[in-house]
Amino acid sequence: MSFKLASSPHTRKNNKTAFVMLTVMSACIPGILTQAYFFGFGVFIQLAICMSVALFTEYACLKWRNKPIKRSLTDNSALLTGLLLAVSIPPLAPWWIGAIGTLFAIALVKQAYGGLGQNIFNPAMAAYVLLLVSFPLSMTSWLPASSLMVIDLNFYDTLSTILTGYTSQGYSLEQLRSGIDGLTMATPLDAIKTNLLAGYTYNETLSLPIFDNGIGKGWFYVSLAYLVGGLYLLKKRIIKWQIPVSFIGTLGFLTLVTQAVNADGTGSMLLHLTSGATCFAAFFILTDPVSAATTNKGRLIYGALIGFLVFIIRQFGGYPDAVAFAVLLANMTVPLIDYYTQPKVFGHGDK
Amino acid sequence: MESLLEKIKAGVLWDFPGGVHPPQRKKLSNQTEISLLPLAEHYWVPVKQHIGAVNHILVASGDKVKKGQALTAFNDKMSVPVHAPTSGTIGKIEPHVSAHPSGIPALSIQIIADGLDEWCEISPKIHFRTLPKSDVIGFIQAAGVAGLGGAAFPTHVKQTPNQPCEILLINGVECEPYITSDDRVMREHADEVIHGIEVLAYILEPKLVVIAIEDNKPEAINAMEAACAGKANFVVRVLPTKYPAGGEKQIIQVITNMEVPKGKISADIGVVSQNVGTVYAIYKAIYLGEPLIDRVVTVTGENIETAGNYRLPIGTPIAHVLNHVKHDNQHNERVIMGGPMMGFTVLNKQVPVTKITNCLLIPTQQELPDAPPEQACIRCGECADACPASLLPQQLYWHSKAKEHDKAQAYNLFDCIECGACAFVCPSDIPLVQYYRQTKAEIREANEEKIKAEKAKERFETRNARLERDKQERLDKHKRSAELRKQSLNTDQSAQDKIAAAMARAKAKKAQKNSTNDITKTDQNAEPNTLENTTLENSAVEKNAVESNISQSNSPIKNKAQEAIARAKAKREAKLNNNASTEEQNTTAPPSHKVESDLDHSPNEPVEADPIKSKAQAAIARAKAKREAKLKNADATATNSQKASASDSASQKEAEPKPENQRAATLTHDSTIDSNNDEIASTVSPIKLKAQAAIARAKAKKAAKLAEESKPAAHSSAESDKTTLEPKTAADQTDEQVDEHLQTSTTNEPTEISEAMYQTELEIDPIKSKAQAAIARAKAKRQQKMAEQASVTQPENAKAEANIQFDAEAKSRAKAAIERAKARRDQANQLAHGGETGSSSITNTTTASSLDSESGNSEDENANQVKAAKVKAALAKAKAKRQKS
Repeated sequence: MSFKLASSPHTRKNNKTAFVMLTVMSACIPGILTQAYFFGFGVFIQLAICMSVALFTEYACLKWRNKPIKRSLTDNSALLTGLLLAVSIPPLAPWWIGAIGTLFAIALVKQAYGGLGQNIFNPAMAAYVLLLVSFPLSMTSWLPASSLMVIDLNFYDTLSTILTGYTSQGYSLEQLRSGIDGLTMATPLDAIKTNLLAGYTYNETLSLPIFDNGIGKGWFYVSLAYLVGGLYLLKKRIIKWQIPVSFIGTLGFLTLVTQAVNADGTGSMLLHLTSGATCFAAFFILTDPVSAATTNKGRLIYGALIGFLVFIIRQFGGYPDAVAFAVLLANMTVPLIDYYTQPKVFGHGDK
Repeated sequence: MESLLEKIKAGVLWDFPGGVHPPQRKKLSNQTEISLLPLAEHYWVPVKQHIGAVNHILVASGDKVKKGQALTAFNDKMSVPVHAPTSGTIGKIEPHVSAHPSGIPALSIQIIADGLDEWCEISPKIHFRTLPKSDVIGFIQAAGVAGLGGAAFPTHVKQTPNQPCEILLINGVECEPYITSDDRVMREHADEVIHGIEVLAYILEPKLVVIAIEDNKPEAINAMEAACAGKANFVVRVLPTKYPAGGEKQIIQVITNMEVPKGKISADIGVVSQNVGTVYAIYKAIYLGEPLIDRVVTVTGENIETAGNYRLPIGTPIAHVLNHVKHDNQHNERVIMGGPMMGFTVLNKQVPVTKITNCLLIPTQQELPDAPPEQACIRCGECADACPASLLPQQLYWHSKAKEHDKAQAYNLFDCIECGACAFVCPSDIPLVQYYRQTKAEIREANEEKIKAEKAKERFETRNARLERDKQERLDKHKRSAELRKQSLNTDQSAQDKIAAAMARAKAKKAQKNSTNDITKTDQNAEPNTLENTTLENSAVEKNAVESNISQSNSPIKNKAQEAIARAKAKREAKLNNNASTEEQNTTAPPSHKVESDLDHSPNEPVEADPIKSKAQAAIARAKAKREAKLKNADATATNSQKASASDSASQKEAEPKPENQRAATLTHDSTIDSNNDEIASTVSPIKLKAQAAIARAKAKKAAKLAEESKPAAHSSAESDKTTLEPKTAADQTDEQVDEHLQTSTTNEPTEISEAMYQTELEIDPIKSKAQAAIARAKAKRQQKMAEQASVTQPENAKAEANIQFDAEAKSRAKAAIERAKARRDQANQLAHGGETGSSSITNTTTASSLDSESGNSEDENANQVKAAKVKAALAKAKAKRQKS
């Protein structure tokens, strides 16, 4: 009788890819809930759109590429991509924004490169950039925090707006975005960028209703919620500390320095760290293992590079937020970073 | 180093990078004492169980052996013997399924147990301290002790390090999950282990002995600490449990914070490490005198109800173990030899326990499920974090999968210790270690191939260089000898003829070989040579031109050379014949035979310059002959007014039919080659035959003509003699054509040449052979003519005389000449009856000549004798006539 043959090791740790993806998604829950609390139900609808399109696109691509469908579909990676894109786009963005973005992320950024593990760029961020440059108006039409909104939106109104562009009462998205004074509400970073360019000082900008004690209303708590999720991932050892720490550290240090040098001309460190995609990106976007650096030293460099790029673009560039651009730029440098940050191999002496 | 020892003594521990924490599951098997199993019916002891050389087997099938008796010798420094695990009879000695992942059969000795389990004579060395260290090392080697931790590295080799040993590290870490054999040995045989360590310490004299144990073995730690109590420089170090802390390099790093440099061994940094099991075996070898015939094996897994440690004789088949432990027989579909991290699945139940078998793991499917299908690498870097060698497994995997061996090596693939930590943590279930093993094997194979290829290339280049050298030497030699020949020719006139003949022979040899080697080449060369020749000879004597045409078109070099020989000889013979008897002909005949046999067996030699040279020589010779002929012509006008007047114009006239002749010759030759294409085996000889045949035929016709014309006038025979040279080539043409040619040629050249001969002969010409040949021909013709002139009524006799001279001189030509003579006679006879029948006789004679010239058989001899007789008669007549005239 012959025995069954197998290659060592015969025992394996039970942390499968699907489980890793699921854990990351669950870590997003606090952030999503906070987002929904401050900015309405739109985020749920966007999640539903993006995740279902992601699954469908993944399925179609796998089928077309003649790849094992069940195994790849159940690794949850497509769902995670859909989720990350959904929380990145404005909650009331038209439905096709999320659909196009997800289609692009899965079909072109991921599957066209060979599927999971083969893509150079972070699919969610690549899709975000595509949408931002293609549909700048839709992509920047963020609602103000609910407390500032004149018109209350129920779930049906939200769905209607996303699908048709108008609420059931016939309000357009533009009208929804307007404050009591009839002025369109922008995101904190947007407002700062606009106002600083318009000649206002930073402190004058802070007096806008979207700010609350020097922090963006709503945005601050959303960032905190994502921070909590990120810390959970760190604790679960799903992600490594190097990238978030070096990213946040670099961005924080640079904004702190500019704040000290030019307090009127720039947003504070706290505002930078708690506004926009900073926290979310630090734990959920930058840590995407596929497109990030893989060596420990490399991860530090990678995080710092993105922090630096975000600062540069926010400070001097045309876009209020810059995480997506910075991530894509850093993605390109990953092979180089990995190559030059190889650890010293055992027994090879000092390198 | 001193401070390091102090730190170690103080309890400082370091860490190694990476590492994983697989479930330990040691409780399954470490709760019971080491027990024994009943004797098996037979044991299979693999001959080679260690890293190192293969041993010589000391026993033969059918021999009786006692327990502990050595089965193999151990002459080599790197080898250790194997011993009989029990008493009994030697059964088969043959390849048996091995304890290797592949199960590849390995030479093994079967011992059929007699059940007595009788020990051979054993001699304990309790007082080893009184013995020289080398003797103690020898005892360890003789006892067959090899590293029981995994690699089976011969233990005695480790005991003779190049560097003084600072630290003796006793490895009781046992980091692999499930395995508890070292654990149980330390618990139950702590004192014996300490004794074993003392033996090693006696040999190595280390400054510190460190016994390293993972913290998951508290009982073993206690036992060892108790056994060490009061012993100076014996330290028990407790390591945090982390796989693979038990790896030699990792344990050294943890204990000493030193890395074993790449390509070195631990002894190079002053650390000698030994496994607990090995130390226990050393104890038994020295204190009890028992060789290594058994070892403690953990038999475990959830499929085994009576999991525990068993003292199993080396060679015990797994089937025997499974028969004596309680287990679920339905589900023992996998048997892992070793632990779950680095162990391998064995092929079947017949695999024997060996010196490195520390565990037999028979798990259930739930316990250690089969590896799920591999998924895409998400570059999470878990593997890199787990790698104890600080490699980048994801990069190694990437390049291994892509078969980019260079890059895999650039990422230090060969520093992988295959611990399996990377594959253990991989969330995508990629069998990383398997990829690395495979790539390593491929690289090793490729390197071997490369070395082989390089050696082959080297051999080839050396050979080429040698051949080139040889060729150069040969060329130099030839050049030297050629110069010598030239010199001697210049200085020694009397030897001219002989040398010329020798040179001609040598050339003929070369030429023969050349044409033998490449018929087709000859074929291709034939025409251009002919044309070239034609241009050279525009002003030369036509006769020669035509002759050379024929010879060239048939086999340019060879035939020319042969002709040269023949001519040279003919000349000499002609001279001789002038005042000597026909006996001389016979004496000269044998050499010509020799020449031919030489031609047939001449060695292969480069002869590039030869054809040109000989052509040139021929041209010069001809030119001279012509000049002489002209000179002579002026003198001869009185006697041969017709010939003299025609001499110059004839040469011009002859130039016209030449191309035609050439064509004809080429045609003849082509057809010859064509017909011979099927008979490749016969190489050149057919060509030669044809050439000779053509000559013979032509001459025969000439003779026929002569026979006709000799009656009306004496000078017309000379004329026809000249014309024969053309019909030679046109032999395949109709007789009418031949006649036409004959009519166009109205030369009296032979006379001229006959005169020229004397002049040329006297000259000291470096290019002798051709000239002499030409002279020879001329002479022959003169002879002929003289004969004709002497007796117009008996032309055939006269011809015979002339031709017989050829026969005696040069085999090939001579034969043809004989046949010619015959032919002429026949022709003459037949002409009397009717012309056409002559052609058949010509064919016959040519065939005969061809055969003769080639085979040189007895018929040839007979023919020669007959001809000789005739010749004598003819000569006598001719002489008589000449004297009269």
